[in-house]
Parts: sequence; C-alpha cells; structure tokens
Amino acid sequence: MKLNTNSNLYTVVYAAVTVVVVAFLLAFVSTALKERSDANVANDTKKQILASLGLRSVADADVQKTWEETIVADLVVGADGEVIQQGKAKDQDGFLIDRSTIKPGATQLPVFVATVDGETKYVLPLNGKGLWGPVWGYLAVNADGKTVYGAYFNHDSETAGLGAEIKAEYFQEQFKGKTLEDAEGNPALTVVKNGKVENPDTQADGISGATLTGNGVAAMLAEGLKLYQPYLHKLNK
Amino acid sequence: MAALFSKESRQAFTEPLSLNNPVLVQVLGICSALAVTAKLEPAIVMGLSVTVITAFSNVIVSLIRKTIPNRIRIIIQLVVVAALVTIVSMVLKAFAYDVSVQLSVYIGLIITNCILMGRLEAFAMTNGPWQSFLDGIGNGLGYAWILVAVGFVRELLGSGTLLGFQIIPKAAYNAGYVNNGMMTMPAMSMIILGCIIWAHRAYTTKNTK
Repeated sequence: MKLNTNSNLYTVVYAAVTVVVVAFLLAFVSTALKERSDANVANDTKKQILASLGLRSVADADVQKTWEETIVADLVVGADGEVIQQGKAKDQDGFLIDRSTIKPGATQLPVFVATVDGETKYVLPLNGKGLWGPVWGYLAVNADGKTVYGAYFNHDSETAGLGAEIKAEYFQEQFKGKTLEDAEGNPALTVVKNGKVENPDTQADGISGATLTGNGVAAMLAEGLKLYQPYLHKLNK
Repeated sequence: MAALFSKESRQAFTEPLSLNNPVLVQVLGICSALAVTAKLEPAIVMGLSVTVITAFSNVIVSLIRKTIPNRIRIIIQLVVVAALVTIVSMVLKAFAYDVSVQLSVYIGLIITNCILMGRLEAFAMTNGPWQSFLDGIGNGLGYAWILVAVGFVRELLGSGTLLGFQIIPKAAYNAGYVNNGMMTMPAMSMIILGCIIWAHRAYTTKNTK
C-alpha cells in the first residue's frame, strides 16, 4: 500500500510525531548533560569574577584553586547595604544568586570579597541589556569603595567585532582607576560614544560602531552602582 | 564505491565553490556575511559552523525526504535545522565549553541562514544522502571562503591586524598611516562583496564565452 503523503491526516500526524520526537530528543539531551554544563557554567562564572580582579586567563583546571586563594567570602547584602549572609563557604551564598535578579528593587545583592596582594577588593556583579541580548559584568572596587580596581564585561549575543568587543581586554582595562561617583555623590561611572570622553575620571571610551551596546553597558553601570551605593557608602566610613 | 565519487558527486561538491557559489552567484546568506566579517576569526568560525550544519541537515532531510508531506516541508526542514543546531550547542556546552561560548552568538544566525534552507529545498529534497552531504560541504565551503576573504580585507584595513595579531607595523602608524574606520562598518562588507562578485563575474563570463 502506498501512503498518500499529501492527505490531511498524514500531514497532521507527521507534524505531531515530528514535534514529539524533537521535543523528546531536546529534553533528553538537555537533562543528560545538565550536570556537566552546570559545572562548566559555575566554573566559567568564577573565571569571570577572577578576571575582574586582574587574574585573566586562569586555566580551567586551576580556577577552583585560584578562587579559594583569592576570594574571602561571597556576601549577600540587602538593599540598605547591611550584610545578610556572611558567605564563609565562598561559593554557597552570594555565588548562588541568579545574575538576572540584580535589578532595581532587588533585596538580595551578592558581593564578593577578595584579597589581591594583601589588599581587600570588593567585586560587584552587574546585569543589564545590550543591543541584542543580556550583557553583564563584574566591577572590582578598591577597599575605599570609591575607585575601580578592575572590570570585566561579557555578553550573550552582541555583534561580533562590534558590540562583542566589550568582552575585549583593552575595553575593560580602561576602567582601572576610574571614580565611581561624582563630587555630589551620584553614580557617575559610564561609557560614552567613541571619542567623546570629556571627563576621563568617570567616563570610559566606547567602541566605534557599537554605540548601542555601549549605552547598554552605561545603563547597567548606572543602575548597578545605584543598587550597591548603600553598601559602598558603608565601606567609606 | 565508484558511485561515491562519480561525476555528479564531484559536481555537487565543486560547483558551489565557484561556478554556482551560493554567495557570489545565488546571492544567498548576505546578511550573515555582513554581520560577522569585521574580524577574521568570527568569519572563520561562522564559515565552518555553517559548513558542518548544512552538511548534516542535508543528510537528515535527504534521508527522510520521501516521507515529508509536501505542504509542511519548509517547517519540517526548519525543525530539523533548529533541533540539530540546538543539540550541537548543548553537547558543546557540556564537553567543550569555551567553543560553545564562542559559537553561542552565531547560533541564531546559523538557523536563519538562507543557504541552509536553500540547499535543503533545492538539493536534499530530491537527492540521496551522500550527494546531499557533498553538496552541503561544498556550499558551506563556498560560503566560508567568501566570508574569510571579506573578513581578511576588513580586519587588515580596519584594524591593522589579522586574527588579532598586529600586521601593519608601528612604524607605518608613526609615519601617519591611519586605520580605515569605514572598514569596521557593516556597509563596507557589502562594497567588498560587490567587488568580489564583479571580479568573479568578469572572470567566469570571459571563460564561458
């Protein structure tokens, strides 16, 4: 018997079977590999946080060791800047907070306390929107809570060669030593259009052809600094 | 075994490299050529990914071609491509995390690449798996070399580097040489692509006359 592949019934059944098979396949692969990929993601997050502290290109195998040596605690702080959880285990409190919850109105903010060359640094995770998808970053702040020690930015789907350059070291390095706030105490650290830097103390030079991604990073910095301001001001005292 | 490398098979592989190049002659896949060619490295990565995905989705669609209902064939092709790309990215995420991070940007671009759909519809639906595989590889490489050529020119003139290594010497900059900022703009890839098509047309029409 020859099947009539143009009949309505065949078409509907074929579509239904395809969807079920593909859905099952995707779900199966995803669950089977979840543990491995989660471990990879956690390892990569640690790598990114270490990169903000100037420890770039740590080999995958050494990430855990470097993390134990450098990071003192993964705190959770409240919106008022009070420490809620001490994070003694280094990756069980603040580290487990999902990056996407760091936005205005957040009540639990992760802060990573680190020691680099005997000095205390604070790493603030940031979260924002680029041109095509999420952008995020880690801003390492000096012990006084006023100046930048280092920065790391990353993205999900910014244009390769343009917006994706926020991931490049040369872009991130220019944040070193910049001031977080202006004289009035408002968050001022930002990214401006390529070649339009007027105040090098707080403005980083954007990437040519990637103004919108730059704007996304600028908005992320403004939003994040506002959220962490109570905590940073406590450090000042 | 002889059939594996028959004249038709060889043609399926070599034609898309030049005479029937998907970018130069059929003018497909232009949007991604524009997006990823500001630097050489993403151009190479994208070219290789498209080659692999075109080849394997060609094989899968070719295997099930006789069962696909005509009215929903495009949807089925799209499902095959999307599922394949997603599974590959999940496997990479578990076993080669760094590669998957690099590729994540391109996944959306790969699925929507017209070359894939074009080959599935025009070739895999009517040919056997082995020829479809060769056709996929051929078209993928035909697409890849254009991307690499455009990426080469744009990175060299736009940033003075190749694969991130400085090529234009410091002395040239001191003597007043400036990187061409236009080259980093997406529009320039269209102009370079136009020049390549021009040269290619001039060469092939002269040969066929």
